[in-house]
Amino acid sequence: MNKKEKFVTNYKMNVSNPHQWVENYADYLYGFAFSRINDEEQSRDLVQETLLAALESIKKFEGRSSEKTWLTSILKYKIYDIYREKTASVRNVTLHEAYPRYFDQADGEWQMEHKPTEFSIKDENAVESKEFYRILKLCLNKLPASWITAFKMKFMEEEETKDICNELQITSTNYWVIIHRAKINLRACLQKHWL
Amino acid sequence: MIKKKKIETNCEKATFIIEKKKLTDLSLKEDLELKIHLLGCEACRIFQKQSNLIGEVALNIFKSPISEERTLDEQYKNDLQARIDKEMDKRK
Repeated sequence: MNKKEKFVTNYKMNVSNPHQWVENYADYLYGFAFSRINDEEQSRDLVQETLLAALESIKKFEGRSSEKTWLTSILKYKIYDIYREKTASVRNVTLHEAYPRYFDQADGEWQMEHKPTEFSIKDENAVESKEFYRILKLCLNKLPASWITAFKMKFMEEEETKDICNELQITSTNYWVIIHRAKINLRACLQKHWL
Repeated sequence: MIKKKKIETNCEKATFIIEKKKLTDLSLKEDLELKIHLLGCEACRIFQKQSNLIGEVALNIFKSPISEERTLDEQYKNDLQARIDKEMDKRK
């Protein structure tokens, strides 16, 4: 039994009415997918794949959770597959090769032009500032897919480090490096656009 | 500018430890290296502060509810439901 079969076997048939699925859940599932993978076409495909996969395993739906939760968990499983693909390229990244641009190659000190300086807004104000949110969102969207994925696993799915590493098939060192790299990049982006 | 010759950890490593600290326990050595480095490096102190801020705001951004303004078009939905219904009929 593969991992996916094992996963759906956890559910047994109870009440589920596939004739209502699209009406009841398609938009919700679509929004759920889109907010995570940011791709209309792919999100649409995922909704279809999810419902068809659910249909395949409907006998195993037990009603221990609601139909919506069950469908969402199938979708989430598929999204994690995509996350894993997106992080494949950084699986073996090391600390030094990760950010040659921001630090001096020889002594590891900040490059002059990337040296952090204070933002022109107080921290406590930034948390409340719509403009700050807007710029951070913009900066997040500029991150390479592989980095943002690790970020999303932490901040969006709120998974624990060990689960993130398992799901993405990366080591914890890889994970720290990716988060570090993402943070350095985001901070630089904020400094550039905020000041 | 004063050179920080005697401090072994550089900014690259120090910022890495700053991020690592948020995710796991540090070794005593790392903890000490970081403390010493931060004492002598204003840029990394600023980095640490801003990193906390970014984490806080990122959490709020990602926590905001699913984008509800985006919906599937009706044609796509009808086709999909038709396909599901057909699959259901096959099973009867």
